[in-house]
Amino acid sequence: MPDTTINGITVSVDADGYLTDHSQWSRELAEGLAAAEGITLTDAHWKILDFIAADYAEKSAVPGMRRMNKVGGIPTKELYALFPDGPIKKAAKIAGFPKPTSCV
Amino acid sequence: MKNILILGAGTAGTMMANHLRKRIDHTEWSITIVDKEPQHYYQPGFLFMPFGIYSEEDIVRPKSRFVGDGVHYRDSAIERIDAAANQVLLEGGETLPYDVLIVATGTAPAPDEIEGMTGPDWRDRVHEFYTFEGSRALRGALDKWQGGRLVVHICEMPIKCPVAPLEFAFLADTWLRERGLREKTEIVYVTPLSGAFTKPVASKILGHLLDDKKIDVVTDFNIGHVDNEAHKIVSWDEREVAYDLLVTVPTNMGDPMIERSGLGDELNYVPVDKHTLQSKAHANIFVIGDATDVPTSKAGSVAHFESEVLVENILSFIAGKPLDTKFDGHANCFIESGNGKGFLLDFNYDLEPVTGKFPIPGIGPMSLLEESRLNHLGKMAFKWVYWNVLLRALPLPMIGHKMTLAGKQIPDGVVRPTAAH
Ligand SMILES: Cc1cc2nc3c(=O)[nH]c(=O)nc-3n(C[C@H](O)[C@H](O)[C@H](O)COP(=O)(O)OP(=O)(O)OC[C@H]3O[C@@H](n4cnc5c(N)ncnc54)[C@H](O)[C@@H]3O)c2cc1C
Repeated sequence: MPDTTINGITVSVDADGYLTDHSQWSRELAEGLAAAEGITLTDAHWKILDFIAADYAEKSAVPGMRRMNKVGGIPTKELYALFPDGPIKKAAKIAGFPKPTSCV
Repeated sequence: MKNILILGAGTAGTMMANHLRKRIDHTEWSITIVDKEPQHYYQPGFLFMPFGIYSEEDIVRPKSRFVGDGVHYRDSAIERIDAAANQVLLEGGETLPYDVLIVATGTAPAPDEIEGMTGPDWRDRVHEFYTFEGSRALRGALDKWQGGRLVVHICEMPIKCPVAPLEFAFLADTWLRERGLREKTEIVYVTPLSGAFTKPVASKILGHLLDDKKIDVVTDFNIGHVDNEAHKIVSWDEREVAYDLLVTVPTNMGDPMIERSGLGDELNYVPVDKHTLQSKAHANIFVIGDATDVPTSKAGSVAHFESEVLVENILSFIAGKPLDTKFDGHANCFIESGNGKGFLLDFNYDLEPVTGKFPIPGIGPMSLLEESRLNHLGKMAFKWVYWNVLLRALPLPMIGHKMTLAGKQIPDGVVRPTAAH
């Protein structure tokens, strides 16, 4: 697995830059991962990242758009405003979780 | 007498009824199964019906025929589960008490979840193939097809049989070629995910299929609404995809009965322990098949492996013993890739699909994650296996509920399962 250095921290990532070992994640690292996506993390971003972490602990999966809306109370428009283009995959990456995938 | 009550006589409920009737002490336990719909549909056949590969008769049988002796079959809609009182309310007011409840009510398309989906274009230019009626209507639409933009689309994940839309695109490519319509048809595949294939090993090996077949892929498309006037689907970030024929997979949701019972998550799936299938909220409720929230594919093969685990756990539960048999998320799926070929996936919670030989390590005869004619024949044989082996709760020769690592080639960089299998 390739190693990469973000914010001075060396971590293992997959080919798309997602952490392969969540235990290497830290809030400091998240700032660096966000910067690489052109995002400066605010409290509004952190609310989403914290929801993903709490939900992953419960469901072993990154929440989808509907779950973000209904359970996390985060509207789709807000997700697009904070994490433009692919909000869920970007937020998952910054939160240190795998890219949402299908079975194949 | 004590009661085991099974809700839903589809794939998973039927298997559980047949497992339990062979194993339970009938002097102490009574088994009842309830379903609202008298016909059992072989759902994998919904993919083939639009192309005339299967007829309606191939894929429909009466449900009660598959539930063996020793099980009471009830033809009724279920209104609600009253978990606090250990009883189920049927439509019409009758109540059925239970000691152990098995929820197997599956998942179904819910097109009304997307704005405009069931507008004027519905069943005209907008179709789906996740129901019997939908698949039949789509057959009619394809019969009239003269060319244009065919858009194959997934509304949101998760959906049952997640590869079915991709298979539809591949089969459409072949079908159009055979009719001399391929040159006149653009095929576009639209997904909310980051690619048509999303797992690293599979993407590398199979990613070329879309290019080879000249299927355009639109990724990260989260649908906001369907514009029936302009015949376009529009995403939340205001991207548009025009269609002449839209073949969509609507949002899949667990039955509204789960919501009425207060037992589901945001998609009406029941939260369970992913290894024992016991409900997180009620110890005497177990859930199997598409109705659960477990992080593996929603597929008939998964329901089969789960049923082998769940029968052991239910027998343990009623004997007051710990639930020792663990489900590992094992799924085994044949995927059509068009031109009379297919590929085969074997994976679980911890290992993504990889290459190898199956079921006999090193020999096969099936090859994993590789296009072959034999894998296509495997898919076609699955119909016979489904009616005659799976529904009757018979074991699949050489294929156990635990996924095996033998015969699999796990490339460097792929996370290996930590648990010993
Ligand atoms: C197009 C398509 C292709 C597929 N291809 C494959 C494939 O190739 N391989 C594979 O393994 N799987 C495939 N599947 C998936 C497979 O069909 C399902 O995963 C499987 O049928 C799930 O079984 P189940 O028992 O959980 O749900 P179902 O078989 O759907 O059964 C649920 C039952 O519950 C009943 N029910 C629900 N609510 C109520 C209520 N309120 N009152 C009374 N009854 C109720 C329903 O009538 C139904 O009979 C495919 C599915 C589709 C749609």
